[in-house]
Parts: sequence; C-alpha cells; structure tokens
Amino acid sequence: MAAKTPATRAVPSPLEWEYAPAPEAREIVRLEERYGLFIGGERVAPRSRKWFATTSPATEEHLADVALAGARDVDLAVQAGRGAFEDGWSTLRPAERAKYLFRIARLIQERSRELAVAEALDGGKPIKESRDVDIPLAAAHFFYYAGWADKLEYAFPNRKPRPLGVAGQIIPWNFPLLMLAWKIAPALACGNTVVLKPAESTPLTALIFTDICRQAALPPGVVNIITGDGSTGAHLVKHPDLDKVAFTGSTEVGKAIRRELAGTGVKLTLELGGKAANIVFDDCALDQAVEGIVNGIYFNQGHVCCAGSRLLVQESIYEPLVAKLKRRLRTIRVGDPLDKNTDLGAINSRMQLDRIRELVASGEEEGAEMYQPPCVLPEKGYWFAPTVFTNVAQSSRIAQEEIFGPVLSVLTFRTPAEAVEKANNTPYGLSAGVWTEKGSRILWMAERLRAGVIWANTFNRFDPTSPFGGYKESGFGREGGLHGLEPYLRFDR
Amino acid sequence: MPQAALLPRDVDLPLDLRLPRVGAVDAVALEARAGELAKRSIKKASKLAALDLAIRMMDLTTLEGADTPGKVAALCAKAMRPDPADASIPAVAAVCVYPNLVAVAKKRLAGSSVKVASVATAFPSGQSPLAVKLADVREAVALGADEIDMVIDRGAFLSGRYAKVVDEIVRVKEACGSTHLKVILETGELGTYDNVRRASLLAIAAGADFIKTSTGKVSPAATLPVTLCMLEVIRDVHDETGRIIGMKPAGGIRTAKQAIQYLCVLKETLGTAWMTPDLFRFGASSLLNDVLMQIRKQRSGAYQSGDYFTID
Repeated sequence: MAAKTPATRAVPSPLEWEYAPAPEAREIVRLEERYGLFIGGERVAPRSRKWFATTSPATEEHLADVALAGARDVDLAVQAGRGAFEDGWSTLRPAERAKYLFRIARLIQERSRELAVAEALDGGKPIKESRDVDIPLAAAHFFYYAGWADKLEYAFPNRKPRPLGVAGQIIPWNFPLLMLAWKIAPALACGNTVVLKPAESTPLTALIFTDICRQAALPPGVVNIITGDGSTGAHLVKHPDLDKVAFTGSTEVGKAIRRELAGTGVKLTLELGGKAANIVFDDCALDQAVEGIVNGIYFNQGHVCCAGSRLLVQESIYEPLVAKLKRRLRTIRVGDPLDKNTDLGAINSRMQLDRIRELVASGEEEGAEMYQPPCVLPEKGYWFAPTVFTNVAQSSRIAQEEIFGPVLSVLTFRTPAEAVEKANNTPYGLSAGVWTEKGSRILWMAERLRAGVIWANTFNRFDPTSPFGGYKESGFGREGGLHGLEPYLRFDR
Repeated sequence: MPQAALLPRDVDLPLDLRLPRVGAVDAVALEARAGELAKRSIKKASKLAALDLAIRMMDLTTLEGADTPGKVAALCAKAMRPDPADASIPAVAAVCVYPNLVAVAKKRLAGSSVKVASVATAFPSGQSPLAVKLADVREAVALGADEIDMVIDRGAFLSGRYAKVVDEIVRVKEACGSTHLKVILETGELGTYDNVRRASLLAIAAGADFIKTSTGKVSPAATLPVTLCMLEVIRDVHDETGRIIGMKPAGGIRTAKQAIQYLCVLKETLGTAWMTPDLFRFGASSLLNDVLMQIRKQRSGAYQSGDYFTID
C-alpha cells in the first residue's frame, strides 16, 4: 500500500459499545466426584489406588478426581482389549462394526452441547471453538470411518486387509475429544480394539465418552480408557501384548516411544510437534491473510501442533501487514472460555504457561520486538495475551522451537525461493500455509515445501477425508482419510 | 450531517497510483470471517444499546411506483416517532424516497432531526444519459433533499469503462454541491468481491461521502460479507489518506438480529468510532418494527403481537 503521509483526522467517538457477558450454561455437564477407569465396559476403581485432580485452567477450580492407572491397571485394560478382539469384535461382520460407529457419531451429536461445555471447562478453550470445531469434527470422524468399515476391501484392492489386534493410543490435551476420535474411529472401523490414555490435564470428555460407549451398547472391552499421567503412558507403551501404538504429543516423548518399540514389531504412528511457516506473498488478499494468520496462531491459544507459528512475509508488504495484524490483535477477546464471545481462552496448564513465558523471555533477550495488545487478563487461572514478535532472526529460539502458545514470530523473505528455503529450514515438517492470489505459485510452493499439510489461502482447516501427518521430527504415519486406515491394518498380500 | 468537517474536498486519492494496487479479496475467507462475526452473542444492555443505535442509523425507505403523498406522510410520522407508546425511542436518521416525493417528506419532517434522502441518477438501473441523471440530481436537490443516493453505471463498470463510472460520480458530486452523496454500487450485479472492492475504491476516489451496497431492487441486496468487504476498503482508505467514508448496507436487512450482526462487523472492523449515524446507515423498510418489538421484549421480558406496532 502507498506510504503516503496520512492526513490524520480525529474520528468522532460517539459510543463505546461493549459486548455484555454471554456465558454458556455449564449445568448441562453433570460432573461426578470421582471417575474410575473404563475397562471391559465397566467403570472400575484403580488397582493402583491412586487418584489425581483435574482442574479448570481458567479458574483453577477443582472439577473432579480421576483414577491414576498403574502397571496392573494397564495390564487389565490390555487384557480386556485382547479378550474383546478375540471374542468376536475382529470377526464381526464389518457392517455391524459400522453400526456401532454410526451410533457413537450420532450420540456425540446428540450430546454435543454437554461435550462442548466439558471441553471448554476442562481444557480452557473458548466454547465457540469446542462447539463449532472440536465436537462437530469428532462426530464427523466417526461418521467417516463408520463408512469405511465394510469397504476396506475396496480401499485396498487385492490386498486382503486384516485388523492388527489391540492398539495402545495416547492423546494430547489440546483437542481432547477430537484426538480421541482421530484415534478410536479408524482403529475400530478396521476391527481392532483399543486402550486409550487421555492427557493428564484433560480427561473429562474421554470419561463422558465412556458413557457414550455404554449408550451405544459397544461390546465390553472394545474401547478401554485409562486415565493417568506420563507413567501410565509409559506402562502402556511397554506392554508386551500390544500390536500397535499411536501417539500424538511432543517430539521428545515420541522419540522415547520409538526407542522403546524399536525391534519389537509393534506398528507405530507418531504425530508430533511443528513449527509451521505461514507464507504471505505481496499479491495476497491482505485482509483475509490477516484473518488466516490470526486463525493460524491464536486458534486454540496456539496449542495446535500445526499452528502457523512462523509468519514469513514478503518484505514489500511487511509494514502494512504488520500494522493490520497488530490492529486485529486488539479486537481479540481474551477471557472466560465459557463466554460465547471469547476468542482466546486459558492456557491449558501451569506447566505450559511456564514454558510459554520462558520462550517469550528468550525472544526478548535475543532482541526481538514484542507486541501485545492492551488486555486485562483474569487474576486466577493461566493466561497469556496474544503476542507478536517482529525483528525475529531465523536463528532465534522463538523461530526454531515449538512454543505451543499464542505467540507468533514474524520473519521476512524477498523471493519465492527464499520463502521455501526458510520455511523448510526447521527440524519439523507438519504443515505450511501459502497466501497468494496466483494459482501457479501455490502449486510451485506446494511442490517444494516439506510439510504433511499445505494450506492455500486458509489455515487450520480439518476434514476427516483429508490425511494429516508430518515429515521429519513431526512424526510419521497419517491420520484421516483413506491413508488413516492403513496404520490399523495388516495385509495378507 | 456535518460532512464538511469530516470529508474535506482537498484530499484526493491518488487514483492513478492506486488503481494498479486495488488489492484482492478472498471470497472463502471473507465469508468465513463474516460468518464468525455473525455468531457474536449480544445480550442485555449491549443489545438494547445496539437496537437504539440501529434506529438512529436507519434510513426508513419507500421506493415504489405506488408511493403517494399519503404513504410518505405516514412514513415521516413513523420516522419521527417510531413507537407512539414509547417516547424514549429515538427518531430514525432519514427517510429515503423518490425525487417526486421529496417535497412532501421535507414538509412533514420540518423541524425534526430526520433528514430527507432522495434516490436519483435514473434509479435503480442508472441506464440513462448523463444529462438526464444530472438533471435528476439537481431537481432532487432543488426540492430540498439533504442527501442524494445515486447509482453507479454498472453497464460501464462491467465492461471495464471505469473512467466513465468515475466521471459520472464526479459530475453528480458537483451537481450535489454541499448535499451529502451516497453512491450505490448495486453489489448484487457486480458478481465478485474483487469487483465490489474495485467499485468501492472508484466511488470513494470520485467523491462519495458514503458507499452503499444496493438499490433494494436486485437480489442479493446487502449481505454481511459484502458489507465487510466494503468496510475493509473504507478502513484502507482511512489508513492511507485519513479520509473518513460512511457505509450504508441496504436491502434484505429485516430483523433486529441481522442489524446487530452488522453492528458487530462494523465494530470489529472499523471500531466504535464508526458507530454513528453520521458514518453508518441501514437502508430498510421493514426492519424498524422488528427492532421495536425486540426492544419491548428486552424491557418487558415478553413478546407482543405485531398488532401493537404500527404498520405505515
């Protein structure tokens, strides 16, 4: 845009119109005091006799006590999964398996408000996101894989697909129910049984899901849910009777799991961290690119493995773009996750908040320029204002390490080739975004970017039909789409 | 309307520099953003404030072949006192009529704050010689119109004759003199948001005080995304030149809920500074009664039947 000196004139200010609080009613979620483990279709007390609290990160309010599964509990859960696998689930007519999945999908839809509120309460994400993204997508995944259950022969012609057995699945805290759906739906559709461990800080929707399994009359032991901490996950991964492990989480833990499973013959998929480049060319639709950048990094407080955390801007539009971005940041509404107008909720845990603060401090030390819009953060709970760093060097930590928070690092480039070079210059390779009105450039970039997902003129769009997964340290294996079936199948030929 | 203070004539958009960099609009993302803003939940005091403002921003409109002095007189009464049972309800911003009815409206509204807006320039098609259009404008101004709502020549625009479009607006602006000029793009005929953006810039460069979506005679008329697109142009123009341009979505806005959605888009795009009848108007004929009904619901807690609101 032209750098003409603006004839600044005061705009009249007739009305300070503020949105009144619009909280979603939380009564729809009836919390129990204590949640046991879900093993063999029953809620059982943990043999470990250990419990831990799950809290709301927005208020630090205690929500419920949850069982902490130990080695013996994990063993029982895997046994239950094995029993169900051998006792009919793996040989059930595929169309019958599909029926259960369709039932689960419909039940998620029926109970969507309850699940959305629980997700916002337990994880701190804004209700508008859990309501409009997490829960509908989780239902969509079950619907989608329900459709594949009796068509596997057509998905893999002439290859005789067979289920693997029992899958151990560990999911993260950023999209609790959605990640559960990504894991359980394809596993069940392919005829496997599962033992799933939800994240320590967000077990609630998985526990509500156990009730959905009961409502759907799913045979006991097909889905087992064991809550716990890192030690529970470690017991699960080490269990000798698993056929498959699927993990979504940090690269560090992913590496440890891979070491653990090396040579065991257990199939593995890992969906790990990312440091995605969101690349903005000077011929883009500027205002919409700004929306895409905001959605790319501030969606779900930036707790998104594929978040567009590195903004690469063509130098010729750097100034207007950054000005527009900063102004847009001032309209982001930070606060109560249950308020229907909240755009940015609470940071998921104290631990994550500390990590974000540490990395942001390093960014300041390394000389990057920080911008945060004026906003009042609640006193209780874990909060971090939306943040933009400009003047970021490719070598600084905030440009290299995954922050997993609402923090954007802005870098510049001059030519498409330089954009590709900088975008690929990372140990990760989960996603990337390209913003340009020129179709040929989108294709040129997509050929060269080493990332599992490349979005053009959009960001953070998910669909069950589309595979998702990473390059390099972002993991391997794909979830979603036809590709998402393969990790849960073996082939006789 | 204090347009002289807001819109100095001496600041010009460098059109020749500007046109090659009109900028693009991504339809999918624009509609997604408008859809997000439409989901804002506006309650209680902020809802009442919005509804009150919506009335003060309203151009109460009748543009029918069947319009008569009687019809316009009734509309004017409604404009000054929308709810006979409630004196706290403000008057609307203006009534909008055909040139032939300007004199009636002017007389009926004398002494009130309500302005008279007249459509002109061979409304709604704009398919007449320039001389006819200019005569149309001069007549309306002479009859006492405070505001002129002109249409652009879409035939010229869609065939790429942008200079003709600009020229006409410049001439109409001259004919208006100090009368406030709203330029109707008829977005429903422009086909793409890119065209809406381009036409908005042309209109502003040529001297529009307001840009307006539609005549109300073409479907679709005003939509939330098209309004967002035009507000983004207004924001860009303000960023670059300091010029302050108003916005008027017109046609198809029938419910209080819709009106509030527009106000959310306005607030989150241009800020509360633009939330004044001087800079934002709703062109509507049936919106007012729904707003009145919602205000009474908000205050009393109960809906009343349509029979408690006058039909004019």
